[in-house]
Amino acid sequence: MLEKRNDGRNFNEIRKIEAKVGIIKRANGSAMFKIGDTVAIAAVYGPRELHPRFLQNPEKGILRCNYDMTTFSVPERKKPGPNRRSVEISLVTEKALLPVLDLSMYPTSVIDVFIEIIQANSGTRCAGIVAASMALAHAGIPMKDLVSAVSVGKVGGRILTDLNKEEEDFKDFGGATDIPIAFTPRNGEFTLLQLDGNLTKEELIDALKLGRESCKLIHKEQQRALKEIYKEIE
Amino acid sequence: MDHEYVISLIENNSRIDGRNFNECRKIIIETNISKNANGSARCKFGDTEVVVGVKMDVGEPYPDSPDEGSIVVGAELLPLSSPEFELGPPGTQATELARIVDRGIRESKAVDFKKLCIKEGEKCWILFIDIYTINDDGNLIDAAALAALAALNGARFNKLDKDYEINYNEHSNEKIKLELLPVTCTFGKINGKIIIDPNSKEEKVLDARLSISTGNGKIYAMQKGGDKGFTLDEINHIIDMAIEKEKELKRLIKLV
Repeated sequence: MLEKRNDGRNFNEIRKIEAKVGIIKRANGSAMFKIGDTVAIAAVYGPRELHPRFLQNPEKGILRCNYDMTTFSVPERKKPGPNRRSVEISLVTEKALLPVLDLSMYPTSVIDVFIEIIQANSGTRCAGIVAASMALAHAGIPMKDLVSAVSVGKVGGRILTDLNKEEEDFKDFGGATDIPIAFTPRNGEFTLLQLDGNLTKEELIDALKLGRESCKLIHKEQQRALKEIYKEIE
Repeated sequence: MDHEYVISLIENNSRIDGRNFNECRKIIIETNISKNANGSARCKFGDTEVVVGVKMDVGEPYPDSPDEGSIVVGAELLPLSSPEFELGPPGTQATELARIVDRGIRESKAVDFKKLCIKEGEKCWILFIDIYTINDDGNLIDAAALAALAALNGARFNKLDKDYEINYNEHSNEKIKLELLPVTCTFGKINGKIIIDPNSKEEKVLDARLSISTGNGKIYAMQKGGDKGFTLDEINHIIDMAIEKEKELKRLIKLV
């Protein structure tokens, strides 16, 4: 079994987090979220008219998410532009955010969410969702809750939260199982669930319970950052 | 509305953000913004913000310069940074931006390509300089050029294993030392008046645009944009202003 974590954290401890709202002036909403060495920024544009017109929904607005990594955010330079991984992450990000949104006020429109990873050290899709959720709130889109997200998992037989790169690549004692989740504390639902690795049902439930607690901490920081920008107006 | 207002202000010798014609916005440079990059920087001109990361790889030198490495500059105009940018491969504006930044560095020999040679005719360093726009409030060119220099300045090489295999996970203590600091200044012409560092509202009504890269008073690269031209007198005036600004802007980066 894994005795202790390489960065000295407890098994139930997330890395240092920092959130900031309103970082991109041109956007209708924007936010930054940092967890350890992972840095994600997100911008929301819209609701705006959707082209081409056949994509429009006369009943409600649609959400479009795009996840992208900078070429220099990872050890070996990533080619610019989308790839299979980023296309899938864009899709699951959309599905993670949709449950809290009410888009009935925006027929025929689109809300675009752009996520950019400036620096990667695991948990980038979760950091992107956290930032995107704050950016949507900042843009004034009606939401039932803020979406929080974290990656939990099993590393060397231990259930732990917020895996870093070394833990994600861990090979001993059965290796690593990575479970990125998103959670909406108000109704207690998971809106992102992915998994690769291997573990028992009991282990999975334990991991999800742990992730829920971590998400609550992140949720607090999201709320704090959003309140921060309204201080000046008081 | 904005368009006519910007023009009428310029005609009365003032600007929409209150600056003088030869005054840049507040410039802020921050380095080491991304740990996995060999070098990285963020540069702000007022609300315009650009990040640049340098990644290194080992490749083969070109046959006509067997003892030199090279640089590859790329630019992404992220749709995150402006409602006017769309997803997709780099278009003409992104390509022009990357090439202006490339020439500023290449022609001034700010990076000595000979120092990027590892083994003549076989192995050399290739520097990928990638520009990402974060917020476009005009004059991405100057912000990107300055960010690129700040990212290159002191960028650390990767460690090399035996047979010159690159180790992507570790940087050595060897750093890029810039030979000089070429500064790129962009000017706009509106109704015959010349302004430096146009913001996004001014960019919309520019008749013409001129970017000049200078280093120690010498001119290394130029690019004229916009639909109209410049007179010789105007060019003369712009170059004087560019050389004057160079002294001011190059203080923002401390060479390693």
